[in-house]
Amino acid sequence: MATGINKLLVANRGEIAVRIIRAARDLGIRTVQVVSAADHDMLAARLADEVIEIGPAPAQKSYLVIDNILKALAESGADAVHPGYGFLSESAEFARRVTEMGVTFCGPDAQTIDRMGDKVNARAAAIAAGVPVVPGSEGRVADLDAAIAVAEEIGYPVMVKAAAGGGGRGIRIAQTREELVKTVPMAMSEARAGFGDDGLYIEAFIQRARHIEVQVLGDGERAVHLFERECSLQRRRQKVWEEAPAAALPEAVRAELCASAVRLAEEVRYRGAGTLEYLYDMGREAFYFIEMNTRIQVEHPVTEMITGVDLIREMLLIADGAPLSLSQGQIRCAGHAIEVRVNAENPEKNFLPAPGTIETLVSPGGPGVRFDTGVYAGYTVPPYYDSLLGKLVVWDTSRAAALDRLSGALTELEIGPNPTTASLHRDLVQNPDVRAGAVSTLWLEDWLRASAEGGLLKTA
Amino acid sequence: MAIHKAESPLPGLLYHKPEPDAQPFKAPGDAVAPGDTLALIEVMKSFMPLEAETAGTFKGYLIDDGEHIDAGDHFCEIEG
Repeated sequence: MATGINKLLVANRGEIAVRIIRAARDLGIRTVQVVSAADHDMLAARLADEVIEIGPAPAQKSYLVIDNILKALAESGADAVHPGYGFLSESAEFARRVTEMGVTFCGPDAQTIDRMGDKVNARAAAIAAGVPVVPGSEGRVADLDAAIAVAEEIGYPVMVKAAAGGGGRGIRIAQTREELVKTVPMAMSEARAGFGDDGLYIEAFIQRARHIEVQVLGDGERAVHLFERECSLQRRRQKVWEEAPAAALPEAVRAELCASAVRLAEEVRYRGAGTLEYLYDMGREAFYFIEMNTRIQVEHPVTEMITGVDLIREMLLIADGAPLSLSQGQIRCAGHAIEVRVNAENPEKNFLPAPGTIETLVSPGGPGVRFDTGVYAGYTVPPYYDSLLGKLVVWDTSRAAALDRLSGALTELEIGPNPTTASLHRDLVQNPDVRAGAVSTLWLEDWLRASAEGGLLKTA
Repeated sequence: MAIHKAESPLPGLLYHKPEPDAQPFKAPGDAVAPGDTLALIEVMKSFMPLEAETAGTFKGYLIDDGEHIDAGDHFCEIEG
């Protein structure tokens, strides 16, 4: 398969950088890996055709410095950039400046990133496309009085969200009017400090919700969905376990959910891979759009496993100007996939980060088993970046079979001596609620609390 | 008077202040009680307080604000 892209610069690190290099290699595209001073040894740096250092270890001085990456871009002669997730992947300024250099950005244009990155604008686009949204304020609330008026109309508890927030950051919950009065001024100053924008909006807080999201691909004209993922198992609003398709979604609801995502993607003439996140209220069998991520997501492999579509490859082809390679009818959902995030954290010590040298790494294998990682035995995990070591992904013909396969794969996976969240997943895969798919976004934290109090947390 | 050197249990970035434009947790001459926060350490995008285990008088930081620290490194001195 050939593209017009000759050389791709990977503006990321860790497992996603490896994933992008592999996709590029399969298309015959050469790769340039940018690295901080702390990352010369990472797997992606070993696999890339070229490596360019872009600054000292802290991300604020390397992976987040647009000028440094653009300099590497000019120096390398790369004609395309893939931003991965996190870092600059949703920076409209980065996308704009890459494009201004005449280089292809693997993602939507700066205007779309800006529009969908602002939650208030994204919500307005959803309403325009006829996509249900969580009851809440129409855009930003002007002040505390306006926030109170909205909260009393929709009923407590409510979420106070920073318009410029994301990834679980900038969200507070108020159970009562008194809490709201205290929360709004604090949330405003936090939003100003954290995001440079004190805009807030108010939404109903759906207590026992499931997190369901739809993967889309668009070419600027047409969009298709690649079914949904469920990511209800979260700790501190960070996903730890993801599945595709969702465990318990009535077929009619699934069809409407996925169709709504395509409508919204086409409404904004979306180009690239994107994810629309929804809350699903099981009792009402109702879903509400919450936000769109204009980039590839950590958990994209579960979608690849059930559809057989290589999402990074599709991103590269779309960025190169090709129309969508698939029609909706060609995209089929087969079987069930589960991904668990293996983080360098100690579940026995309240998830204390655990950087350090990996001495042993044994990856699981066999049919339907995939381990995406950016580390290897002998590699020292630096303390400067997030704790994701790898993602163990399994596929099988049914959810029950996938759970059993995951259990086996977790038994094979060996990382030492570093503590990892693999031990948490060994417990979760045996848990009756998890096996029944009967979880909400609050389930994991409740279970962790109960386990800690009851001393139930088993050691791996 | 013995000098106690506080050490970090983890590698990461050491911060003397709770926020970039705030005052440092401790200045030379300040009293230190067990449990007082002496510094923050940033490890894998998490911030954790480093707390005093002994009482005494703060002498000073041994590692600059925002600099790398390894597990087991001493980062401040307390005279007690």
